[in-house]
Amino acid sequence: MTANRTFDVIVVGAGSVGAPAALSLAEAGLKVLVVDQYPSVGQGSNKRAIGGLRATHSDPAKIRIGLRSLEMFATWEERFGDRIEWRKGGYSFVAYRAEEERTLKELLVVQKKYGLNIDWLDAKAFLEVIPDLNPEGLIGGTFSPDDGHASPLLAVHAFYSRAKMLGAEFHFNERVTGIVTAGARVRGVRTDKGDYGAPVVVNAAGPWAAEVAELAGIDVPVRPDSHEGAVTEAVARFLEPMVVDLRPVDGSANYYFYQHDTGQVIFCITPSPSIWGMDIRETSSFLPLVASRMVGLIPRLKNLRVRRTWRGLYPMTPDGFPIVGWTRDLEGYMLAVGMCGQGFMLGPGLGELMTRLVLDAATEEDRETLSYLSPYREFKGQEKLK
Amino acid sequence: MELVRPGVRVEPVEGLPELPRVDARAAGRAKAKPVEAVRVPVLIIGGGPAGLSAGIELGKRGVETLIIDDKHRLGGKLILQTHRFFGSIDAVFAGTRGIDIATRLENEVRAFPNVRVWLQSSALAVYSDRTVGVLVEGRRYVVVTPDVLLVTAGAREKNLAFPGNTLPGVYGAGAFQTLVNRDLVKPTGRLFIVGGGNVGLIAAYHALQAGIAVVGLVEVMPECGGYKVHRDKLARLGVPIYTSHAVLSANGADAVESVTIARVDEEYSLVKGTERSFDCDTLLIAVGLDPVNEFYDKAREFGLPAFAAGDAEEIAEASAAIFSGKIRGLEVARALGHDVGEISPEWYRTSDILKSRPGATIHEEMPSAEAGVFPVIHCSQEIPCDPCTGVCPNDLIEMDKTDIRLLPSFVGEKGGKGCTGCEKCVAICPGLAVTLVDYRKDPEFPTVAIPFEFLKDTLKAGDVVVVEDTEGNALGRVEVGAVKAIKANDRTMIVKVRAPREYAKRIAGIRVQPPETGEPLSRYVERTDEDAVICRCERVTAGDIRKLIREGVRDINEIKAMTRAGMGSCGAKTCTPLIHQLFREEGVPEAEIIDQPKRPLFLEVPLGIFAGFDPEEEGHDSE
Repeated sequence: MTANRTFDVIVVGAGSVGAPAALSLAEAGLKVLVVDQYPSVGQGSNKRAIGGLRATHSDPAKIRIGLRSLEMFATWEERFGDRIEWRKGGYSFVAYRAEEERTLKELLVVQKKYGLNIDWLDAKAFLEVIPDLNPEGLIGGTFSPDDGHASPLLAVHAFYSRAKMLGAEFHFNERVTGIVTAGARVRGVRTDKGDYGAPVVVNAAGPWAAEVAELAGIDVPVRPDSHEGAVTEAVARFLEPMVVDLRPVDGSANYYFYQHDTGQVIFCITPSPSIWGMDIRETSSFLPLVASRMVGLIPRLKNLRVRRTWRGLYPMTPDGFPIVGWTRDLEGYMLAVGMCGQGFMLGPGLGELMTRLVLDAATEEDRETLSYLSPYREFKGQEKLK
Repeated sequence: MELVRPGVRVEPVEGLPELPRVDARAAGRAKAKPVEAVRVPVLIIGGGPAGLSAGIELGKRGVETLIIDDKHRLGGKLILQTHRFFGSIDAVFAGTRGIDIATRLENEVRAFPNVRVWLQSSALAVYSDRTVGVLVEGRRYVVVTPDVLLVTAGAREKNLAFPGNTLPGVYGAGAFQTLVNRDLVKPTGRLFIVGGGNVGLIAAYHALQAGIAVVGLVEVMPECGGYKVHRDKLARLGVPIYTSHAVLSANGADAVESVTIARVDEEYSLVKGTERSFDCDTLLIAVGLDPVNEFYDKAREFGLPAFAAGDAEEIAEASAAIFSGKIRGLEVARALGHDVGEISPEWYRTSDILKSRPGATIHEEMPSAEAGVFPVIHCSQEIPCDPCTGVCPNDLIEMDKTDIRLLPSFVGEKGGKGCTGCEKCVAICPGLAVTLVDYRKDPEFPTVAIPFEFLKDTLKAGDVVVVEDTEGNALGRVEVGAVKAIKANDRTMIVKVRAPREYAKRIAGIRVQPPETGEPLSRYVERTDEDAVICRCERVTAGDIRKLIREGVRDINEIKAMTRAGMGSCGAKTCTPLIHQLFREEGVPEAEIIDQPKRPLFLEVPLGIFAGFDPEEEGHDSE
């Protein structure tokens, strides 16, 4: 294997997780190769993400990674100058029924314990945050003002550009076809264009994670389901936070939307039952389903014109939490998969965590964080804020 | 397509528009309605020449058909075509004006109870469950499930990248023709045309007819791509035509004040020192069309049986669309199991002939006779056209009808009968390429009958006019003897002049526009302050995109992510071909370019409509 085909780390996937990981690894002075099947960065699930960024999760691992990621998004423009359309609009979870009130208030305890800036607001206070909300039957909700949003497309491109500047190599239009091993150790990857050597291979292949893991003979419980999203025309600002409605209604679980930095509203709904598989073709059921719920919640949205719709994949795990860490049976093979639709908001923090793992510099806190995300956990619980 | 009506509030927008406020409590009580669903054997998207012709064939065979069209009347672009049509009189109403063909097709299709028509209804998307989302009259969302989809949605105009290309006053040909020919609005006094295809040539002719000065027409190729008869007609009327020239810029602070053009060499590079500017307030861009084929492509991708006809299938003349629609109508009926018999191979041949590009130009031969009366046919290019062969009472104009692209000829006499001087051939020719020369009264000063499609009072007896040969070269000044309309002329006037024997036969037209109209400004106007806009919706310039191309970007998705080009309301319909143009200019082969996927919606639609809220019904806006 020639020298220019040998790297310290090979990352499979140049998306929401792979691109910031490459950046962190390159910043640490490691020689990185990223391989992606698509012609440019973020063309898998990243460009289909709606752009919500929050640390208000229900578990310490995602809260920590989310907080660090938020910090990186929030400071990116001032640190590096690229505009990524970051806006600190906050996140709000609405409660119109006792069930959601109870869930949200229970989660608040954990969230506060890990230092999140989040509070329960009663109906009156909540309406001050979202004045256009339908007040009928509103109990209140949680509001976390430090969360926000950014453009997944611009952010991933910014990570990619900086990673490249720091020496990371990106090979697009290239498909990983095998993992090269020697005994129980990773030696590199094989692609449709050649072999590359590295002692560390990171699987950041999003919805293709199980397929890529399979190449190394590793079984990973990640399978994608699909959600449709849409973006509207741009209008003058009328809404600050992301609005999440957890209520299940026939045909759908939760849905969420926010007004992006550009003035456009971006929204998404979780179908119920889930639509499993890789199909990302547009359906006729999406718009009527989501429109009736959104307009019911904020009637003012009825006059907002929908511009474009798309469908994306959520690489799901059995418990709704990501799978991150070294594999036991193949030394040097790391998983950063099963983001369950949160790869964009967790990516930068995860990238740093993975870099510490590669450098064998994980802290005590990192080890605790990773225990929640371990590939070898029992997958018994269930994420409440998917 | 939103019609303006009393009560519609029109507001200028500075920055982002305010989303109308509503009383959230009251409005929140409105219940969402389930989406209306319609099943139909055949859905036709587009009620233009192709869609209507297909609808008629399906109507005749009793097939339940739904035609949707986004305009408020049927006919598509036929409505804008005030000129007589080329093509075949047997197959596609050649010799009739487009707008009248629209009425005939509409009347025919409306007679079938099994063909339903929804006007002001736009297809929004073809979905993977093989349904088509339709916005009906701007207020109702209906999901149509067809067994077969026929896409006859026509074409969209290509655009051009040059500094000033988004200045007010820069029009696409379709918008301009809609204003002038349909809405009878005269949006300009001085027009300059970019593009010498049939669309540009005809638009120039329509503008002249509407009393608009046409300062010039620029065509980048060494020859105009449109029919020679159209080109010649314009040249005769006094429009300067600049071939091997390109537009450099549209100039003006807030609106078009002038245009700058320059000559190009064989490699289409600008020749320095040939820049010229012309005073004009409007620039009409007619540089070609692209099929509106996204519905067809999606349907095929999703396994919904689909057909396309007219421009949505292949860009050609409307006459070709009429015929391909007719064939596709039968094919659709057959796909649904109806016995339509064998579709004659002759039909497919006719369809191909109607679609054919202009053929060879032949040297125009003048008849040798200089006595009696006879037509002179100034038609020297092979195009699919035959109306002149169907009007002669003595059947003296002939053409080999196995191929209507061949040139017609006057046979002198048949069965002892010669030309009677009835002038029907003069009036019917869509190219205005037939004159009648009559030596009977005065062989030294024969009378020449010239077709003329301007308002009757444009010329009157006694006026002195410049007459010209076929290509617009002045022959002399002569006096108008009479301006008359013959029976069944359908608004084409006949102008009679007496002209010297030496050139009477060569007369093909009368100059209308004075030569000074087309004179350039004394100095050319250079525009360096602005770059060409590629994505109008998001105001992305050519420079922004060229920079990425030069950095090695080949994926239009990446250009979109970085610049927002293609993220606007039009859905990348305008910028995509322009981005390809930039790649070409930068020397990137087409095979290296990665296109972005096409996604719904075709038009922006209020969220409330998908929830079944009628924007008209609810009166709970708080303002």
